[in-house]
Amino acid sequence: MKNIWIFIGKYNAFFLFLLFFGFSLFLVIRNNIYQRSYAFNSANLIVGSIYAHVNEFTKYFNLGKANDRLANENAALREQLRQSLYSNIVDEHQVNDSLYDQRYSYIVARVINNSVHQKSNYITIDRGSLHGIQKGMGVISADGVVGIVLNVSPHFTTIQSVLHPDTRISATLDTVNAFGSLIWGGKIVDPTKAALRDIPNHVKVKEGEKVVTTGYSLFPSHIPIGKVIKSDMSGDSFLDIEVLLDTDFSTLQYVYVVLDKMSDEKQELEKLNTENE
Amino acid sequence: MSSIFILNIIRFFLLLAVQVFLFKNVGYYNVATAFPYILFLLLLPLNIPNWLLYTISLATGIVVDMFYDTFGVHAAACCTLAFVRIIVMKLTVDYEAHETLATPGIGEMNFRWFFFYSSVLVLTHHLTLFMVEAFTFSNLHYTLISAFLSSIFTEVVILLFSLIFYRKTKR
Repeated sequence: MKNIWIFIGKYNAFFLFLLFFGFSLFLVIRNNIYQRSYAFNSANLIVGSIYAHVNEFTKYFNLGKANDRLANENAALREQLRQSLYSNIVDEHQVNDSLYDQRYSYIVARVINNSVHQKSNYITIDRGSLHGIQKGMGVISADGVVGIVLNVSPHFTTIQSVLHPDTRISATLDTVNAFGSLIWGGKIVDPTKAALRDIPNHVKVKEGEKVVTTGYSLFPSHIPIGKVIKSDMSGDSFLDIEVLLDTDFSTLQYVYVVLDKMSDEKQELEKLNTENE
Repeated sequence: MSSIFILNIIRFFLLLAVQVFLFKNVGYYNVATAFPYILFLLLLPLNIPNWLLYTISLATGIVVDMFYDTFGVHAAACCTLAFVRIIVMKLTVDYEAHETLATPGIGEMNFRWFFFYSSVLVLTHHLTLFMVEAFTFSNLHYTLISAFLSSIFTEVVILLFSLIFYRKTKR
């Protein structure tokens, strides 16, 4: 301690200089607006750049939150859209609206044959090509998606139901914008359940979350499919999601065949994609 | 003793008056400005204690700052000047050859020494002054040019003052 005082005393010029110069700078920064703003700005520059670097890392942790927020926003916006008229219409029905072109209409039909316990399940309905049904149309019920039209006769139609290993239905989650396909068969034999594949691992899936159609293919968007009951990581980069189907296939009585007025147009346009390749 | 004290007080007020009333309005397009008030700090007695030198420097700087509305800038420059003055004195002055309270002017020393002494001190003072005033390293060349040209200006004025009052400072 004594040595320190001797040292300071020996070089008192320098230490006094530090003291007085520091005091002067303190006055400068404290009393002059220009220097003050600059001092705090450069301080902020350092702090700000540190924060920016930290944020580079932390923003990945918040990606889920950000996605959820965006997805919620999208959902809210989607609710404001006039959706493609899903209603309990009893026969083919159109709304004449000059603002909105009708895209989807529905043909109501009665189930006359059904199976749920086979390896591949089919449904037969009492409407056919005379009523405008064509091969490949989507079929829904009041509760949710039923299947895809397989074969058409003048008076009858067979439907490859969701409970068929070859049926793939483009499906998405209600709040997340990831889409995958709904499949059944293989390990899943329970007629009330199906699996949702191809949803990437990073998507956070809550139990009880709604699974709905995407609107990419045969069905209008946001037709209910089911609810998530289990979501596991699978070995690859996709989630293994188990879905409880909304449609009760064993008690199915009436279905609606979806007529997409614009499907031809859409298919022709999309055909150009492959032709150009 | 008391005469030196009074002489310095008079010098302080005279130089300060000249600085804030005359040289504040004299300048070369904001590039070169003279600050001859530091002559007062240059001419403080040889053996002045360090703490007193610093205190006087700080006070002088603050008074000038008050007139220039740049609180602390001149104070910082004057503190640096005091530090450099102590170093230069220690390196170049043979204290035993002079009176304890001798004024380090042209009369007591010689012209060559005073020219060197004042040049170094003026240059450090001005560099500090302009750097603290700019408070940034951007436009550094402009700041340095200003400091350098102002140093020349101030040095000329200081030498003129010293030569004009040559006989008086010699007593």
